[in-house]
Amino acid sequence: MNDPARPRLNIGAIRESFAPWADPNAAPLVRFEGVYKQFGDETAVKGVSFDIYEGEFFALLGPSGCGKTTLMRMLAGFEAPDAGRVSLGGQDLAGQPPHRRPVNMMFQSYALFPHLSVEQNIGFGLSQQGLPRAEIRARVEETLALVKLEGLGRRRPHQLSGGQRQRVALARAIAPRPKMLLLDEPLAALDKKLREETQFELMRLQQTLGMTFLIVTHDQEEAMVVADRIAVMSAGEIAQIGRPAEIYETPNSRYVADFIGDVNLFEGRVTGADGTKVRLGSNDCPAGLEALEDDHLAMGSPVWLAVRPEKLKLHLDPPGETANRLSGKVVDYGYLGDWTTYVVELASGRTVRAAVANVSRLVERPIGYGDPVWLTFAPDGAVVLTR
Amino acid sequence: MKRFSLTAVLPFVWLAAFFLFPFLLVAKLSLSEVALAIPPYQPRLDLSQGLNGLSAFAQGLDLETYARLRTDHLYVAAYLSSLKFAVVSTVILLLVGYPLAYGMARSGAETRRTLMMAVILPFWTSFLIRVYAWIAILKPEGLLNAALSSLGLPTLSLLNTDAAVYIGLVYAYLPFMVLPLYAVLERQDESQLEAAADLGCTPIQAFWRVTFPQSLPGVAAGALLCFIPMVGEFVIPDLLGGSGTLMLGKVIWTEFFANRDWPAASAVAIVMLATLIIPTLLYQRQQARMVDGR
Ligand SMILES: Nc1ncnc2c1ncn2[C@@H]1O[C@H](COP(=O)(O)OP(=O)(O)OP(=O)(O)O)[C@@H](O)[C@H]1O
Ligand SMILES: [Mg+2]
Repeated sequence: MNDPARPRLNIGAIRESFAPWADPNAAPLVRFEGVYKQFGDETAVKGVSFDIYEGEFFALLGPSGCGKTTLMRMLAGFEAPDAGRVSLGGQDLAGQPPHRRPVNMMFQSYALFPHLSVEQNIGFGLSQQGLPRAEIRARVEETLALVKLEGLGRRRPHQLSGGQRQRVALARAIAPRPKMLLLDEPLAALDKKLREETQFELMRLQQTLGMTFLIVTHDQEEAMVVADRIAVMSAGEIAQIGRPAEIYETPNSRYVADFIGDVNLFEGRVTGADGTKVRLGSNDCPAGLEALEDDHLAMGSPVWLAVRPEKLKLHLDPPGETANRLSGKVVDYGYLGDWTTYVVELASGRTVRAAVANVSRLVERPIGYGDPVWLTFAPDGAVVLTR
Repeated sequence: MKRFSLTAVLPFVWLAAFFLFPFLLVAKLSLSEVALAIPPYQPRLDLSQGLNGLSAFAQGLDLETYARLRTDHLYVAAYLSSLKFAVVSTVILLLVGYPLAYGMARSGAETRRTLMMAVILPFWTSFLIRVYAWIAILKPEGLLNAALSSLGLPTLSLLNTDAAVYIGLVYAYLPFMVLPLYAVLERQDESQLEAAADLGCTPIQAFWRVTFPQSLPGVAAGALLCFIPMVGEFVIPDLLGGSGTLMLGKVIWTEFFANRDWPAASAVAIVMLATLIIPTLLYQRQQARMVDGR
């Protein structure tokens, strides 16, 4: 895996060439097949199937209680699926206790051992593997350096800050060099800046160690930054799996579109489809809506058009008569520094959010409450959703 | 300036009245001479004569009673035997109490409440009555032998033996062992055990590497809480033990009531107290550490 020819710090979007899931011959490292899990009369996981490939950084994303932790715990061996199979490297994991599985988990609560020093915490898995003392020492030192905790090895967990504890938990899970690292909301306790730093550190670690990472998060930005692929979950099911950009730009349902980032949804009926474009009639837009779509949708069928706020263009003067032309008045706006978000109420009563980049410091005509504005978007800026 | 509030002074008044004063009284008694009088001793220290009395006392001080304790092998044997009873019982209590406390801490909320009740329930009956109940169980024609013979097994004569004293001590002090152990085990975070399993520990290894080391404060607290009072235990060896059972509590009683040798009884009590100061201090430190977090 740690191919020296492969550049080591090809972070994020630059990792475009890494796509084993597109290769029909590639064997996945982890495979979930039709997995169900029931707690009492509540079904936490409902028939989930997906693959994770070696060297991949895979994110499970979804709202609280949708079953992310449960899936991860089934992989670590703390829960058994009620139906379906979880396999690792082609081998069914059923019946294998947690201590025999070559995966390590970083717990949401860290679960550090309070009676042991930082060094002993990190060396715990290594001594369990029966490595000689000198080697454990060397590996602990190395891991401490990796998570930038040099010099804190003698401390006890309660003598560390929250962020340092989180690094110890990470180091303890990494030190035994598992085939796979499971991270359950590893950064939830950190402030925004530290979280962003640590996200990049995680990616760097994943690249240098060549491990497979599975991260659970309900922070969509975090998933977008770190992951090669994201699985968006909804109430125990997987709604969509794909690269961050795929999920953001081409969500497959209103749920995914709404969950990842901000989105404006327009309801309409198909009035024309020619295999490249589709035209919709909608109450929200008397001029009609138009979007790229190569499916031949049935005339009159109900569909939704998803348009991201930054894809909308704001005009102070009426633009020419075109499709995708909306008019309304500003009812609210929020200045976010790099962006300003305008909330525009259309004649139909629907409110739309438009994000405008603050390119210049000088605003020629400031926009205020109640001002009439027009919004347009390009046909390739919208996604047609049928569910 | 720091002002002394009533709440700060009150504990000192309390300790002076109920601990320091009786202790000094016993210490003074231990330095007196036996006499045929009521009370049956001749005080060497006469405080009514003021400083003169104190210097006369200092000149006449010969610690004769304490010297007698050292040379009379009955006292030495009782002292060692008391320590042996206390040490062995503490070990048995640990072996019995730890699994009990562990089981309680790991059971469901409902069972846990029931078990806790079962541990505390005996306190609702008089201690003396519970020891008498053991006589009824252990005596030759008692419940234990009735059960044994109905099963066709040979009967045991346990009453008035050292074995009966061990049974009584373990029975009486079990709650004092179980409760501190339960307190530390119950606090333990389940996810730590999962983390240990995740890092390659079998459940047994996880117990020895994670659970047990973290329960040591409870082990220390339970052991000291049982050991300290067991050294001076009187009722159990008196009622369940035989004539050969030697314990300091019994010696003190005999000296005091049978031999009417108050100075000797007091001296034995003082020696016992001195011996127990070290474990008591250890216990105090342990408690302070537990309150501090670790
Ligand atoms: N041990 C359990 N007993 C009963 N119900 C459980 C148990 N574990 C999880 N559940 C339920 O299963 C569902 C999924 O839980 P899970 O912990 O997987 O959610 P999650 O996606 O990780 O949520 P969060 O983002 O809040 O951590 C929840 O509704 C939860 O109440
Ligand atoms: Mg969770």
